[in-house]
Amino acid sequence: MEESGVIKKFLYVNRRAPYGSIYALESLEVVLIGAAFEQDVSLAFIDDGVYQLKKNQATDGIGMKNFSPTYNALGDYDISKIYVDKDSLEERGLTLDDLMNLTWEDENDNYAKKPSISLVNSEELAALMEQQDVVLSF
Amino acid sequence: MTLHTVNKSPFEANSLETCLRLARSGHSVLLFEDGVYAASKGTKFEAMLIKAMQNCKVHVLLPDFEARGMKTENLIAGVNTVDYAGFVDLVTESERVQSWL
Repeated sequence: MEESGVIKKFLYVNRRAPYGSIYALESLEVVLIGAAFEQDVSLAFIDDGVYQLKKNQATDGIGMKNFSPTYNALGDYDISKIYVDKDSLEERGLTLDDLMNLTWEDENDNYAKKPSISLVNSEELAALMEQQDVVLSF
Repeated sequence: MTLHTVNKSPFEANSLETCLRLARSGHSVLLFEDGVYAASKGTKFEAMLIKAMQNCKVHVLLPDFEARGMKTENLIAGVNTVDYAGFVDLVTESERVQSWL
């Protein structure tokens, strides 16, 4: 981004379950590529998208790569804002404990590990979306 | 202003439902492709759309609506029709576009 140095707010909206379609994996790929451009990145997980963050994914039986460990790498790319829609989680009988414990290291706080996932309600999510320069949907 | 686009039938996916839950007052919603079914009278989603129109402007891409055998008289009252140029205008007038796939 040497030509401008402009930092824009990017929100990646994830609404599909993993494995049944390519959306979840493709989103993660794009997020990681985008992270290299040092933009202000947030991720939202809504509807079936919350299943992407489920703990204990085990894909040996379906012959597909389990890409869920990759979400743990997001913190290393300075992606610390991961928003999960509370309603979507509750509708599916899940709680925060069912999701992977994603963290990031706060360099301004002696590299303390802090949780990346925030549960948000509809109003908070709507407000978050309205703050974005770019919204990419998967 | 945010433009929300929905291209899935409300019977196939919950895209419209989630869109309307998260759209804020003053936003616009454009229904196109299979999303246009939500703009027709008499479906079980009619009440949901009418309620949403109290706060949001709802548009339908007429070529997609007509392609599916429907005419403007089948349209829920208050839904605005646009052609492709109108779609482009909506995009350019909006600060951001949120597509609900």
